[in-house]
Amino acid sequence: MSEPLAETAQPVPRGSRGLQEGAAEPGVFVLWITSWGSAVVDGVSTVGDIAIFAHRMCVWMFTRLPRRGTILINFYQVGVLSLPVVALTGTFIGMVLAVQSFYQFHEIGLENRLGAVINMSLVRELGPVLAATMLAGRVGSAMAAVLGTMRVTEQIDALTTMGADPIHYLVVPRFLACILLIPALTIMADFMGIVGGYFYSVIILGIDHAAYLHNSREFVGGFDLFSGIFKSIFFGGIIAIVSCYQGFNCEAGAEGVGKAATSAFVYSFVMILAIDLFLNIGLDAVYYAFYPQGSSIL
Amino acid sequence: MNGLLDREMEKAHETNDTDALLRIEHLSVIFNKQEVLRDLNLTIQRGQTIAIIGESGCGKTVFMKTLVGLIRPTEGRVLFDNRSLSETSPTDLAKIRRRFGFVFQNAALFDSMTIFDNIAFPLHQHEVASASDVRERVMKRLSEVGLSKDVAKKYPAELSGGMRKRVGLARALILKPELVVYDEPTTGLDPIMSDVINELILDTRRRYPVTSVVVTHDMHTARKVADRVLMLYPRRRLRDGESQVLFDGPPSDLEHAADRRVRQFVRGEAGERLSEMAEGD
Repeated sequence: MSEPLAETAQPVPRGSRGLQEGAAEPGVFVLWITSWGSAVVDGVSTVGDIAIFAHRMCVWMFTRLPRRGTILINFYQVGVLSLPVVALTGTFIGMVLAVQSFYQFHEIGLENRLGAVINMSLVRELGPVLAATMLAGRVGSAMAAVLGTMRVTEQIDALTTMGADPIHYLVVPRFLACILLIPALTIMADFMGIVGGYFYSVIILGIDHAAYLHNSREFVGGFDLFSGIFKSIFFGGIIAIVSCYQGFNCEAGAEGVGKAATSAFVYSFVMILAIDLFLNIGLDAVYYAFYPQGSSIL
Repeated sequence: MNGLLDREMEKAHETNDTDALLRIEHLSVIFNKQEVLRDLNLTIQRGQTIAIIGESGCGKTVFMKTLVGLIRPTEGRVLFDNRSLSETSPTDLAKIRRRFGFVFQNAALFDSMTIFDNIAFPLHQHEVASASDVRERVMKRLSEVGLSKDVAKKYPAELSGGMRKRVGLARALILKPELVVYDEPTTGLDPIMSDVINELILDTRRRYPVTSVVVTHDMHTARKVADRVLMLYPRRRLRDGESQVLFDGPPSDLEHAADRRVRQFVRGEAGERLSEMAEGD
């Protein structure tokens, strides 16, 4: 029993000794290839780990729902507490769009079409991405920090020893809160952006009220609104999975928790933009399949 | 034919060992190519209190976490009541864990819950009691560990280290487990509070028919609570072919152990360790 084990345990020191005593030191090129290879292997195994993590969470989600208490508190933290910040940033982004677009459109005498530009950008792209970014920053980092602290202080191990599955108890409620409430946050960001854009364009810049509304209604359709909300569900899911994964795999100490929180936001944000690109390509294909004539603001 | 004979022998072995609650067979754990535990064999009888001692980095905590299935062994197996933990499904493992109590080094209480909810957590998780029964049982455990009813409403951050450890003990005992594992129960406590914890471990043993595994480097605790002591030694410092268990016997034999390293550890003597460390250990 111990013999084969000895073989598995020994190679590391033996190998390193051989390297020191060997005649040829590895060249710079070999080291460069080795470090790239190791980075690729690490990357692939992390993706694999996240996939297994997400799979375990999905299995639990369809096997048994978490207790109501754990769901409600997460819904409150993800949804209710995120509303003010999402509404505020939504308002500003609507106004910023008006400021940025007005002079270009004014130059070519198309400032009356501003309603279409602002509202189309908001409901298709900026509303969902902004809501997701705020969620990743406000909720994703907090999730990673809380779960990371629980990992470091052995609270996750304590859950396991008491017969509770940590993924079922901690991750499923957070995932449900994110995917079910991010559409509501997106609608809030869209709405406040539309209000902000209207306020700045019509009240401050003096664009004709009727033309602004007419152009908005004419060019922004149900599919645009749907595509934004549809995308947001994927954003919510990726925020929950990436942030919880970072928390669960947190390294020891205060630095480890800080790193987990930062990584949760950075990776979530990168993933949001990457998924956004592919979803847009897919949704455009669907749109042109149903409406081959398309639509043009100009 | 041979297979049949083997099964018969295995059965006979199991029936002879009905008093064994835990059996560790050829246990090895390797982390990132580093061997932490190697070929450990151990049987823990029901009702026994065993102390696992050893210096930092000897694999005590890994050993203890492997015992309760938190770490999967690289080789070998852990049998709890003749069932191998690594070969049990997660659902069955969760049921088996009802029979374990685990007292963590820093208590590992859930920050977001009150002390009452912390202690009641295993009862809620396994849905074994009504609301009034839960209340009664939580209060009884609290008084057993010497804490007043007022503590129940508080949050872990409001308690001292010693109080948190006692709450951790109350939580571990709430389901009347057959096996209680203590991870460094007295580390970070003053001498009086350390002895309070030792007394509570003994009291638990008197009150309930538990088997206890105490992982510690506090020799006072090992001598006071254990009826058997096992000393582990770091793998990297062992000579080829040497067993990782340097001592296995009653605490009274520790002082007269044949191995110099055991006597050194028990007396807390650095010996030549400082020069070894300077040479790169």
